Amino acid sequence: MNSLLSQDVPLSWYLILSAMLFSLGVLGFLIKRNLITVFMSIELMLNGVNLSFVTFAHQWHAVKGQIFVFFVMMVAAAEAAVGLAIIIAVFRARATLAVDRIDLMKL
Amino acid sequence: MNGPLHLWLIPLLPFAGFLINGLLGRRLPKWLVTIIALLAPLGSFVAVVGNAFGMFSDMPMPASFPVVETFGQWINVGTLHIDFTFVLDQLSLVMLLVVTGVGFLIHIYSVGYMHDEEGYARYFAYLNLFLFFMTVLVLAGNALLMFVGWEGVGLASYLLIGFYFKKTSAADAGKKAFIVNRIGDFGFLIGMFLLLANIGTLTFSEIAAKLAANPGWQGGILTTIALCLLLGATGKSAQLPLYIWLPDAMEGPTPVSALIHAATMVTAGVYMIARTHVLFDHSPFALSIVAIIGAATALFAATIALVQNDIKRVLAYSTISQLGYMFLGCGVAAYSASIFHLMTHAFFKALLFLSAGAVIHAIGGEQDLRKMGGLWKKLPVTFAVTTVGVLAIAGIPPFAGFFSKDAILYAAYLHGGNGMILWTVGLITALLTSFYMFRLLYLAFLGKPRNQHEHHHATPISMLGPLVILALLSICGGWIGIARFSAFLAPSVGETAPNAGNAHIELMMSIAAVGVALAGWLVAHIFYSWQTERPAKLAAALPAGYKLLANKYYVDEFYSATIVKPLLAISKFLLGWVVDTAILGGTAWLIGGTATFSGALLQRWQSGNIRSYAAWLAAGAAAVILFVLVPWSTVLGSLTAFHLGGTGQ
Repeated sequence: MNSLLSQDVPLSWYLILSAMLFSLGVLGFLIKRNLITVFMSIELMLNGVNLSFVTFAHQWHAVKGQIFVFFVMMVAAAEAAVGLAIIIAVFRARATLAVDRIDLMKL
Repeated sequence: MNGPLHLWLIPLLPFAGFLINGLLGRRLPKWLVTIIALLAPLGSFVAVVGNAFGMFSDMPMPASFPVVETFGQWINVGTLHIDFTFVLDQLSLVMLLVVTGVGFLIHIYSVGYMHDEEGYARYFAYLNLFLFFMTVLVLAGNALLMFVGWEGVGLASYLLIGFYFKKTSAADAGKKAFIVNRIGDFGFLIGMFLLLANIGTLTFSEIAAKLAANPGWQGGILTTIALCLLLGATGKSAQLPLYIWLPDAMEGPTPVSALIHAATMVTAGVYMIARTHVLFDHSPFALSIVAIIGAATALFAATIALVQNDIKRVLAYSTISQLGYMFLGCGVAAYSASIFHLMTHAFFKALLFLSAGAVIHAIGGEQDLRKMGGLWKKLPVTFAVTTVGVLAIAGIPPFAGFFSKDAILYAAYLHGGNGMILWTVGLITALLTSFYMFRLLYLAFLGKPRNQHEHHHATPISMLGPLVILALLSICGGWIGIARFSAFLAPSVGETAPNAGNAHIELMMSIAAVGVALAGWLVAHIFYSWQTERPAKLAAALPAGYKLLANKYYVDEFYSATIVKPLLAISKFLLGWVVDTAILGGTAWLIGGTATFSGALLQRWQSGNIRSYAAWLAAGAAAVILFVLVPWSTVLGSLTAFHLGGTGQ
């Protein structure tokens, strides 16, 4: 199966997909106004990175990369919980989810 | 007397008093401050007297002098060796007796005088500090250690003149004294450098030994050294041209004027000349300059004193004038006569200042002679002791001043050369002295009261006691006689003027001196008791002369216009504008401006817009990736090769 996969689909394809996912995440983060969409873009970036981790782990037969992915998922889950809680709190306080309006830190 | 004398006790006791009262004085009760402040000079005085008796009991007395005690090495660089050495010889013994004795009396007096003043402990701390430095100055065995004391008494003087530092005039007077003294100290320093360069030592005994080994060494560099030292002495002893600080120094409390600016510190210059007399003896020119400065100052200050109306200013100018006498004595190589006058002057001038203080204290701070008068009824004891002081300074026998002043005038007369001129100037000064002192006495104590002072403080016993003791000393301080005194001092200051005169001339001199003193008294009596309208008429008849004297010859104005103002202008431009504004201010502005400017630019990044942060983050990440991925060396190498190849073709 290992040889099959590597023969059927070259490594670069996986990496290109990973890069595309990541770039889409970045793009979404930059251009979207809705906080929830921005949040989802972050998840997209994380998963883009996860994909390249798994790919390399497979390529080099190293289990470290897969362990890393679990870590990232775990952090992402925690981040999702905290992030969603913050979003709800922000919405209650400001009645908006537009990122541009949430600028209390500005001087 | 065997074993060490523990000379270090003499300065260190007052220093301990200074430390205790200076550091803890504000927390200690007043009686404890008083006890500490009084014990310190008393201890010193007892130590000095003990040493004196020890010396005298050890016959033959001069053999045991000088006592040299070294307490450690100070500087040891190459050929330069300077130790902490104290020397007790006849000269320093006399000076120490005066300094600690009169100093102790003035401490007692101060207890009464300063009782209700703010800063009681601070005052005594400074006074003790002064005694510490003064005794170091007197005991010092080399010029550098003397310089330490010299600077130290200047510091104490500055602190005490500016004691009422909330008054601008007092603070300014302190600064003036300090700065004018700095000019003199500069001369002292240069003198020491020249001594080191040419004689190779600063120790007084070694200087004397080296010069004694080369009796032919006259003038030349020795004149320069002596004149530099003289500049230092004129600063400290308020002689022409550096006397201007002393009259202003009267801003300090009156006991300070008595101790520092009449009896002890201002005589340090005379003491220094006597201490380094071998240098002056090897330079007749420098010696004659000393005499001329002394005589000129004596006459100059006496004429100013004629018309002053502030009781303390009269005494200040009189002090300058009497110091001029001492310089005159040094200048004719009559060092022992000079020191004799120094001693008697310390007695009667301290007495006069303290009496003036008692008067000022009693009538509530008034210092103007024109507003006094008729005080003899209210202050009988003060009146009596002031009369003693006036008789002493005027040179009426058998009071102390007569003997010492007579000795100086006699030495001047016998000096030869310009001795006759010096003697005449001295005699005229004696006339003026007698006149202005009796003027003070008449204006302050006799006649009718010219002003009603509501509150009269009673003079406390702590003030009267020292007055009476000083009055007794002013009466009999001169009875030892110049012959015995100079015989005692001879081992320290060398031989005095050649005794070419005879008893007949000496008697004539004395009669002349007493004659002018009585004449001065008579004129003062006519002017201020008999025909009291006369002084005003005289002043009106000679308006220019009176104005000149009343304004002290415009010397302050002259210095201000020629030295102070140009210096200030230069300082303002060079230090104020160039250094401060342009260099320092410019640098500070540049640094601050850079920070502000870059901050103004950078703050645009802090937009608060989370997406712009993310964009910068992404851009940064992209830049890093670009940096890592692109093989820059290859790219640059090919670019360079292309460029070189292009030019090569």
